[in-house]
Amino acid sequence: MIVYLINRVGQSLFVLSAMSLIVFVGIYVIGDPVQILVSPEASAEEIAQVRRNLGLDLSLPTQYLRFLSGATSGDLGSSFVYNESAIVVILRHFPATLELALAAMFIAIALGIPLGVWAGIRSETFSAKAIMAASTVGASLPTFWVGLILIMCFAVYLGWLPASGRGATRSVFGVELSIFTRDGLAHIILPALNLALFKVSLVIRLARAGAREIVGQEFIKFARATGQSPARIVLGHLLKNIMIPIVTVLGLEFGSVLAFSVVTERVFSWPGMGNLLVRSLFLLDRPIVVAYLMLTVVIFVVINFTVDVIYTFLDPRIRFSAKAG
Amino acid sequence: MAAKSASLIRARRLWTDTPFGEAAVSFFASRIATISFIVLVIICLGALLAPLIAPQNPYDLTKLSILDGELPPFSVGGDGFLFIAGTDDQGRDILSAILYGLRTSLSVGVISTSFALVFGLTMGLISGYFGGWVDAVIMRIVDLQLSFPAILIAMILLAVLGRGVDKVILALIIVQWAYYTRTIRGAALVERAKEYSEAARCLALSNARILFVHLLPNCLPPLIVIAVLQIGHAIALEAALSFLGLGVPVTEPSLGLLISNGQEYMLSGQYWLTVFPGVALLSTMVAVNLVGDQLRDVLNPRMKA
Repeated sequence: MIVYLINRVGQSLFVLSAMSLIVFVGIYVIGDPVQILVSPEASAEEIAQVRRNLGLDLSLPTQYLRFLSGATSGDLGSSFVYNESAIVVILRHFPATLELALAAMFIAIALGIPLGVWAGIRSETFSAKAIMAASTVGASLPTFWVGLILIMCFAVYLGWLPASGRGATRSVFGVELSIFTRDGLAHIILPALNLALFKVSLVIRLARAGAREIVGQEFIKFARATGQSPARIVLGHLLKNIMIPIVTVLGLEFGSVLAFSVVTERVFSWPGMGNLLVRSLFLLDRPIVVAYLMLTVVIFVVINFTVDVIYTFLDPRIRFSAKAG
Repeated sequence: MAAKSASLIRARRLWTDTPFGEAAVSFFASRIATISFIVLVIICLGALLAPLIAPQNPYDLTKLSILDGELPPFSVGGDGFLFIAGTDDQGRDILSAILYGLRTSLSVGVISTSFALVFGLTMGLISGYFGGWVDAVIMRIVDLQLSFPAILIAMILLAVLGRGVDKVILALIIVQWAYYTRTIRGAALVERAKEYSEAARCLALSNARILFVHLLPNCLPPLIVIAVLQIGHAIALEAALSFLGLGVPVTEPSLGLLISNGQEYMLSGQYWLTVFPGVALLSTMVAVNLVGDQLRDVLNPRMKA
């Protein structure tokens, strides 16, 4: 087990360093941020001065080594635009993204499980077929377009909900959150709904498959025979058994929700990491881009690692096959 | 005599008895799949024939009249021209822009998927056939790539490469190949253990010949399904990237870029700039996905009773 863990940690570290090299070399090859930062009238000397200040006059390997030694101590360079540590800028935008992603996951579960269970236990009814058809279409919908349509319906024509921004926030343990103020809640509904869309289809499918499998089993028949109400059977017996795979898959999908939030944040001008990333890409603010990517890579590596380790505990076969290999 | 009766027997065999015919019959047994297929054919024809059937060349500035700008759908323009889907601020016919946009979107999707298919397939066959360290190295790379969402990898690549149709295609190839590699490796492992491929090895045929002449045809069905579904994914991904401003250049707008361009006019009520390109994108993707789903059911040997 310990050998497996060490192996797995080593693998994760390898992934991290490989990605850092790819990202760094890739990002530092494009464009010249100095041209954007200095005024068009700046002299060659002034430009050279800015270049020196930003450390861009050094050779690529030197820049990478500097970046790497900084990265290991949590310093990913200073943003060219904000003039402060890139990791600080990223982390300041992180709560907004995290809040949006969590709200989307919540919506996906709250909508997806009841619909999916219904479609599973009443699979022959018209409503069940309609749910499944809707989830097929939902999985094909382009997220950003749906976001625009949501804005058009609820913000432009109906005027019920705001179209962009985060609204008022309230500080909870030093973290600014939207969901605890009325205004903030109104702001988060549309983007969260938009981001949830894709995952709702997924949860519906998982819940339906789970419900269909469980509903035919002996213990459900037995529960029925004891005269329990259908509500009790569904809530007490069925739901408990389908939740484990759903939660596992959603945990794995959380990273992709974070990644996809780039698009949603763009549509709704949500002030999160994704929005920051796209703006930084256009401004050629390399340290921010690198810091974003590194943070995302770390999140993914941690998620994958955790899931692998949990699986190993749950399923000893993986452990043994790792030992044999 | 014997040859004659053989040809008679062959003549009596209907086309539906061939593997292709069988698949076609069961494919079109589903009404939804048939409709999706027809929609898909219409969309492809529209994209293919855009220069011939589009009412206007939307990127020929001499054909545009600023006087026809910002017209809602079904308006009649200055020279008696009917704009079915309205116009943008430069007097561009949106229907024509959609047809040209479909061209870009579909060609990016199809080209990138084909290249990814060829590359991924080769890697997968090599991985499954040779095994050992070759297999280990290729599969580690595949695992590494598949553990990150496609959109994230595509964004990094395009941030590095810059905008351009060729660059989007390259990024989509890099994003997609791993799916094929993993699928084909699985299939190749199964097929390799079968007697016909052992027989081929006993005949001392070259590795390349065994791989491409004997193994490949037997690995095709799952590959066709994934390829169709991946075209849908590639189109969606390209649209999202172009929407973010990381995809195709403004001179060759895809559907995603058209939607992005329409975004700023949406707040002033010009819904047609966003809604119609979106409907075109949506119908393409739904049609591709439904056709892909039906193909999966038809080609899946487990489904055959």
